[in-house]
Amino acid sequence: MRKFLPVRLNVNGRSYSLFVDPRTTLLELLRKDLGLTGAKKGCDLGNCGACTVMVDGRTRLSCLTLALSLEGKDVLTVEGLSKGGRLDPVQEAFIRNDALQCGFCTPGQIMSAKFLLTINPHPSLAEIKRFMNGNICRCGAYPKILAAVSEASGGVQV
Amino acid sequence: MKVVKTKVGFEGVYKDEYAFVEGEMLPAWSKQSALSVVGKPVARLEAKQKVTGTAKYTHDVYLPGMLYGRFLRSPYAHAKVKRIDVSKATAIPGVLAVFTRDNADSLPFDFAREFFSNEVMYQGEEVAFVASVDEEVLDDALEAIEVEYEELKPIVDPEESLKDGSIRLNEEGNLSGGEPKVYQRGDIEEGFRKAEITIERIFKTQAALHNSLETHGSVVAWEGDNLIVYTSTQSVFGVREGLASVLGIPADSVRVVSAYMGGGFGSKFGPGRYTIFAAAVARELGRPVRVILDRTEENLVTGNRSQTVQRIKIGAMKDGTLVAIHHRAIINVGIDGWVTDPGAPSKMLYRCPNVRTELYGVRTNLVSSTAFRAPGMVEGTFALESAIDELAYALGMDPLKLRKTNYTETDQATGLPYSSKGLRDAYEVGARLIGWKYPQNVERCGTIVRAKGVASAIWYFGGGPPAYAEVKLTRNGRLSVITSTQDIGTGTRTALAQIAAEEFGLDITDVLVSLGDTSHELYSPGSGGSGTLASIGPAVREAAYNAKLQTFEVVSQLRDVPKDDLEIRAGTIFRRKSGERVLSLRELTDILGDFSISGKGARGPNTADYFSNSFAAQFAEVEVDVDTGEVRVLRFVSVHDSGLVINPLTFSSQVEGGVIQGIGYALSEGRLVDRSSGTVINPNLNDYLVPRISDIQEIISSYVEPADPHVDNLGVKGIGEPPIIGVAPALANAIRAATGVRLHNLPFTPERVYLALKGREEEEKKWAYY
Repeated sequence: MRKFLPVRLNVNGRSYSLFVDPRTTLLELLRKDLGLTGAKKGCDLGNCGACTVMVDGRTRLSCLTLALSLEGKDVLTVEGLSKGGRLDPVQEAFIRNDALQCGFCTPGQIMSAKFLLTINPHPSLAEIKRFMNGNICRCGAYPKILAAVSEASGGVQV
Repeated sequence: MKVVKTKVGFEGVYKDEYAFVEGEMLPAWSKQSALSVVGKPVARLEAKQKVTGTAKYTHDVYLPGMLYGRFLRSPYAHAKVKRIDVSKATAIPGVLAVFTRDNADSLPFDFAREFFSNEVMYQGEEVAFVASVDEEVLDDALEAIEVEYEELKPIVDPEESLKDGSIRLNEEGNLSGGEPKVYQRGDIEEGFRKAEITIERIFKTQAALHNSLETHGSVVAWEGDNLIVYTSTQSVFGVREGLASVLGIPADSVRVVSAYMGGGFGSKFGPGRYTIFAAAVARELGRPVRVILDRTEENLVTGNRSQTVQRIKIGAMKDGTLVAIHHRAIINVGIDGWVTDPGAPSKMLYRCPNVRTELYGVRTNLVSSTAFRAPGMVEGTFALESAIDELAYALGMDPLKLRKTNYTETDQATGLPYSSKGLRDAYEVGARLIGWKYPQNVERCGTIVRAKGVASAIWYFGGGPPAYAEVKLTRNGRLSVITSTQDIGTGTRTALAQIAAEEFGLDITDVLVSLGDTSHELYSPGSGGSGTLASIGPAVREAAYNAKLQTFEVVSQLRDVPKDDLEIRAGTIFRRKSGERVLSLRELTDILGDFSISGKGARGPNTADYFSNSFAAQFAEVEVDVDTGEVRVLRFVSVHDSGLVINPLTFSSQVEGGVIQGIGYALSEGRLVDRSSGTVINPNLNDYLVPRISDIQEIISSYVEPADPHVDNLGVKGIGEPPIIGVAPALANAIRAATGVRLHNLPFTPERVYLALKGREEEEKKWAYY
């Protein structure tokens, strides 16, 4: 018989209590249980970065994170980044610089960039590249992602 | 109204289409036109949806009552299916159905009877299908199905497949079409006799995988006898036609929706076997069905750029004039793929009187190949432009000058003049941007060597009818552009908004665009062949123009002013002569209430007097570490003649993206197949190496905009595919300049470059190949 186990966690500032199959990943929980489809499943193997979210303020590949391991944790997804229609400076920089094409990898790119700028508010281009290397963009928006993150770093307060 | 027949091309294949001509056609825009929205860098219309995670892709569609479906696929490249036992799977609670060859005939459509076969012909071919209430149950059920296979010897090498005595993979034999496809003009024997110098080389290119970040998938639901399909596609009408014909239902009973899609690059045109089967299962079970491929399936079963083996021979005079080209290509089409045309650049790129190309499409126990961004042209241009570079060395000539020496102002196959050609200017601009010199200053520092290379590119014009649009003035005085085209990440929405805003006379922020839905019945071709904008764009302009005329008509009667004396600027209607303000669009629609103003537009016919192509001059500066074989692309310059550029911002994104895919193709990407088992070794993003941000240095995109009054009413040609075409040869030529070594086999992995530098190019691992 399948067993469902309880987990209580906070997502984008709201608390949730759910029963999940122990195999359920954070990505599946966000997308199917909470309807937060911003984080994408590009590979489900931790190779592409499209599922990147933040857990307790640090980036996490949600496809490699079991939902049950998040008891009492705070999760932030791309949906929680903008408040009342007001965009985060990283999101604005992505729009201005056209740092996206099909847009499928964009939520993951933005979460990685957001975390980079919280730990290193004024990164060099080399540091941005090194840090953003886990996020694949198959359309090849890289030059503009680099420009967007670099531009946003001017606007982010330490 | 006049109905005319016109030629429309898709990646080199031409057919006749009908086009309606109503009244005078609008004269084409050019750089000289006074344009205020077109030609300006505009951020994407849908960018906010994409950065906030609110853009809904096919993957994000979860319908009420939906079932999850997935195939069990063959782990073998070639095997007999002896026995399938699904009893353990069907016993799992939450499994609604398991279909195999033993019971697929119970599905309510005829195609299902022959869907599964008794002999699987490639790794990943479908063996069973499970539908269940959730994905965890789906995993359990797939694991519980027992299949007994009898392994058969697979053929994966096309050269082996062509040999006498090879196992026949098809009734027709292993040569697709039963014979080579031959193109010939002039007399190559005569040409080579006349030639003062000849170059002959063999080039090999690998199978490359699209790896769109959104994997193929569909969510299907029946409402009565109508089928609704949410799917990640480049062609909503292609999916509709495909489904209707396989299911045997009327096409207008099928609605296909693809509002946002996560990349296709040529791999997403038809419905796909997963959509067809899901539709049948959804009908049978009376519930919506969702089938989304996982990353491994994506790599195994959705097709690839064909692997090729090409032999090219070029004959030239001492001054560099080309007199003969003979280009032969073996194209690995997998089990039943499409024979692309790597001979195309040899036919089209340069002036040459004697050309012969021979294409051998060869079947193997691999998935059918499919289109991938400039299919055939990418593979063939690598061979041709590498060989042309070798010719330059043999002649002691500047490779850029050699290319200009063989410049042509007419299409070589038809003799027609080009509708426009700015390649000569593109060479000049590119040479300046990269700092081209001949002879080159090859820079050396320790084990690092730096040098530059050049390649040219030509691509087909893909625009043409039929393509339809409607433009309506909304209740709020804004403009709604209605089409059924797709935006596959290229910026189509934004470009269409710019066109409508320009023609009608309002701000782009006051334009709404809808696309990706067949229910409007406004046909658009698939987004491919670099023809999207040149097909639907002119229809949108005409629709905006007609909506404007209707607006003038209404205002003229409401305000008793002559309609010919009206114009619209930034959303307000003025008297043309006096400049007197009449009223704003918002004021007009407040007066009109729910009375609607609209205009229709159709793509006009293509010219029969000219031949249209897009062109590019591409330059690379690379750094080779001769101790490790590592290649870094320091700078890439890509200069395009794509006609008028509607949006320089998204245009440069297309160029950068194409160049980056080209860099991946040239340096790291390649499907690795185990020779003995025929199985794919790297069907994931960990082992199949697409470029990452740290692989990319400076990419400079630029364009020349020759006026083209013949091509369409926008003067646009297309930019999707051209940027990838010349990347691999430009890198190969730069590496040749840096090291003195010609690389013949793609991709140029460090291992291969290292071996080639040591004179051991053929000495690579034999157990697997690209």
